[in-house]
Amino acid sequence: MPKSSLKQTLKDLDTKKISIRELNQDYLKRIKENENLNVFIHFSEDNVLKQLDNLENDNSAKKLKGIPIAIKDLFCTKSMPTTAASKILENFNPTYESFVTQKLLDEGSIFVGKTNLDEFAMGSATNTSFFGNTINPLSKENEPLAPGGSSGGSAAAVAADLCLGATGTDTGGSIRQPASFCGVVGIKPTYGLCSRWGIAAFASSLDQAGIFSHNVEDASILLQSIAGFDQRDSTSAKVDIPNYFENLDDDLNGKTVGIPKEYSIDGTPMEISQIWEDAIKVLEKKGVKIKNISLPHTKYALPTYYIIAPAEASSNLARYDGVKYGFRSDEIDSLDEMYENTRAQGFGREVKRRILIGTYVLSAGYYDAYYLKAQKVRKLIADDFNKAFKECDFIVTPTAPSAAFPLNEKQNDPIKMYLNDVFTVPASLAGLPGISIPFGKDKNNLPLGIQILGKHFDEQQVFNAAVSLERSYE
Amino acid sequence: MNNLIKGEKHDWEMVIGLEIHAQVKSNSKLFSSSSTKFGSSPNSQVSLVDAAMPGMLPVINKYCVEQAVKTGVGLNAKINNYSVFDRKNYFYADLPQGYQISQYKYPIVGEGKVTIDFKDGTSKDIRIVRLHLEQDAGKSLHDQNPSKTYVDLNRSGVALMEIVSEPDIRTPDEAGMYISKIRSILMYLDTCDGNMQEGSLRADVNISVRKPGDEYGTRCEIKNLNSIKFIKQAINYEAKRQIEILESGGSIEQNTMLFNTSTGKTRPMRNKEEAHDYRYFPDPDLLPLEISKEEIGKIKSSIPELPDELKNKFTETYKLSNYDASVLTAEKQTSDYFNETINSDPELKNYAKIVVNWITSELFSLLNKNNQDLNNSPVSPENLGQLIKLISTNEISGKIAKDVLEDMFSSGKTARQIVDEKGLQQVTDQGEIAKVIDEVIAENPKMVEQYLAGKDKLLGFFVGQAMKLTKGKANPKMLNDILKQKLNKKN
Repeated sequence: MPKSSLKQTLKDLDTKKISIRELNQDYLKRIKENENLNVFIHFSEDNVLKQLDNLENDNSAKKLKGIPIAIKDLFCTKSMPTTAASKILENFNPTYESFVTQKLLDEGSIFVGKTNLDEFAMGSATNTSFFGNTINPLSKENEPLAPGGSSGGSAAAVAADLCLGATGTDTGGSIRQPASFCGVVGIKPTYGLCSRWGIAAFASSLDQAGIFSHNVEDASILLQSIAGFDQRDSTSAKVDIPNYFENLDDDLNGKTVGIPKEYSIDGTPMEISQIWEDAIKVLEKKGVKIKNISLPHTKYALPTYYIIAPAEASSNLARYDGVKYGFRSDEIDSLDEMYENTRAQGFGREVKRRILIGTYVLSAGYYDAYYLKAQKVRKLIADDFNKAFKECDFIVTPTAPSAAFPLNEKQNDPIKMYLNDVFTVPASLAGLPGISIPFGKDKNNLPLGIQILGKHFDEQQVFNAAVSLERSYE
Repeated sequence: MNNLIKGEKHDWEMVIGLEIHAQVKSNSKLFSSSSTKFGSSPNSQVSLVDAAMPGMLPVINKYCVEQAVKTGVGLNAKINNYSVFDRKNYFYADLPQGYQISQYKYPIVGEGKVTIDFKDGTSKDIRIVRLHLEQDAGKSLHDQNPSKTYVDLNRSGVALMEIVSEPDIRTPDEAGMYISKIRSILMYLDTCDGNMQEGSLRADVNISVRKPGDEYGTRCEIKNLNSIKFIKQAINYEAKRQIEILESGGSIEQNTMLFNTSTGKTRPMRNKEEAHDYRYFPDPDLLPLEISKEEIGKIKSSIPELPDELKNKFTETYKLSNYDASVLTAEKQTSDYFNETINSDPELKNYAKIVVNWITSELFSLLNKNNQDLNNSPVSPENLGQLIKLISTNEISGKIAKDVLEDMFSSGKTARQIVDEKGLQQVTDQGEIAKVIDEVIAENPKMVEQYLAGKDKLLGFFVGQAMKLTKGKANPKMLNDILKQKLNKKN
């Protein structure tokens, strides 16, 4: 598999070493060869060729002109259906383009297809999709591996080199964990950096769009393209977006890295602890001060997350009721039956499980004990980070507690599945930016990921630390 | 004042609280830019946000917030610098999001009060608990097809202000006066068009009954009443229903009721057990609403004179009674009209009571008869002022003035024109009046005899005869004086 990069491709296009058409035909070929991975929910060669035709007739200079990008099927797109990997939106064709995808279109990129995900982004293995599992491209012949989730399709698309970058969304780790599993770079920026407008909502106070790419430089280029204020999203931030790529600086001399002791969890495989130590050593060599920090409320992050996210989801998904669009059950004799049967047949198990949890924690008599308390703990978790960032410039941890696991593992044990998010969820609750980069391998030669967390809107520092680690690893 | 109602066994007192839903006067909806125009074809004013398409997000309409703050000021209420939008979750076909965005724990407006005025000159304060902003739902149309329900989302997302009163109301009349007063304030502020027929203003009524002095009884809530008449009817019916149950030894179930406008009866819609658990929680798509003191100050300074201020001004400046002033200020168009009339001539301010009477009885009855209102009155305030001036200077009599007003109303001419053209000036020439009186006395010797024998009431007869001869133009006071003089001379 040739190691491609967006940066190099942009150069090659610029110097006319290759044409946009040649580039995309190469990718189309690979997409068709890899259909067995079930990366895409929607792929249409005709649609790609149509975009190519349009771009070839367009003489304006565009930053990402002709670059093949895969889109997580949670982003609403005008030119392709949008399903959120759910039966309930099986045939839904938005009449509008999400903020993030519109930005990518404005830059001239080509959408190769809509990638698979866990239904409504609820899952950690891309195995709750109505459209079947996605297979991790790094799987061995007889042992299909999970690509992680929920943005498993996008991570796999990059890993299998079916595109030069992909969009994802991250609510509790849905970009970082699959990036780790698939051996690619995945960044979840600060909550509010990218508009949520046009992304089917899972948990509004946590959902954040981000990027998968082959390397940190590419991620820095692509994130800049999708970031920015949007008045249609009240939680979108009015901040200046720096040119992350131009400002990349791998010199970390004099910086301080925070190492949170609470992330050493019993039962974490040796290999994970090992790469974490390796990363710290590399940083130390680069003149980075190592600071042991404490994030004391870390252990409450998962339960907090699994109250807040389902609570918001239970309300966000109420709109899928069979009245206005999407799937409607045939078996309806009353309004109540329409709701019951439409939602019973339209949603999968995991989505229903979370709607039930969310409904429960918001119910009269339980609200204070669950939702309200979870909000208070969330504040404490955020305060932990704020305190820690007074003493360090960035934080380094493992991304996930394991390498990619076999596809069918953990299928029937939701708690085990939820534990995948243990390292990624705290930063989500605090709204902080986090990146996962490949760093080392396990005993089966599967990639492992290191997570770098930064201060609010300090994506530049996150990129700098990431590029520095990446370059030393290579 | 006795507000009690008689039951079979003893007296009962009603305890009533109102939740008024007032549609915010605004061109666009609370969280989207769709139009709020009433009566457009179904689903022609629906944005992606209103239809709750996937990934759509609400964005607060600042104008609606200003309108709510303005209203809060008008209700003498506390404006909260910090308020929060919550989601009220329930399923209904005309509720596209599956939740209504409302304000639960932290409303934009806190405690306030409004005053209602009674005919006897007394008044009463009704306390306001809160005012909050929320979205209206769409409309389910059940009557378009025998087997289907259609949904019209034009109203979906339109901004409402819910104004909640304390249970300070004790009679149906007070309830009516309270909602009229709220309506009046909203219309002065221009924050709601007050159109109850179109549903811009509707109310849920909470009502319980108790023996005077007892604790509050169990209440029922009557939903969605859109006229003052229905509110009163519903309260009366519901109170009677509750009293009958209690007097026969039963107890009241806390129910949500619907009022049937054709039968005049209430019936239960759902009971406490069937009540929704709305699972309120702060809407994560919206930031808390923060309004600075400066912004509130700016809005405050833009507020026009409100009915109570005007009422005080009218009672002080023009020595009007509290009740007259409250009638005058109930609707902005009335007080505006009064102001313009009384300011049309410097002399008129000494005849304020006459001006009030001419507006609220004579002009109003003409307008009513012709199905018109003050806004398009054919008689301008200046012209009415001129007419009253003619009365006050004795140029015409009050009686003739009524005919003149009718003429003005239909012809559009000024009072002066009509009086001159028809020669309606009052006869104030002593000699001329005396001549007519002589004539009347001469023609009715028997009556004169009876009068002189002590039948004083006959004076009216002589006045009437004399007026007839002068075609009503004789100055009544002079006529009276001269008549008495002449009759007494006969003695």
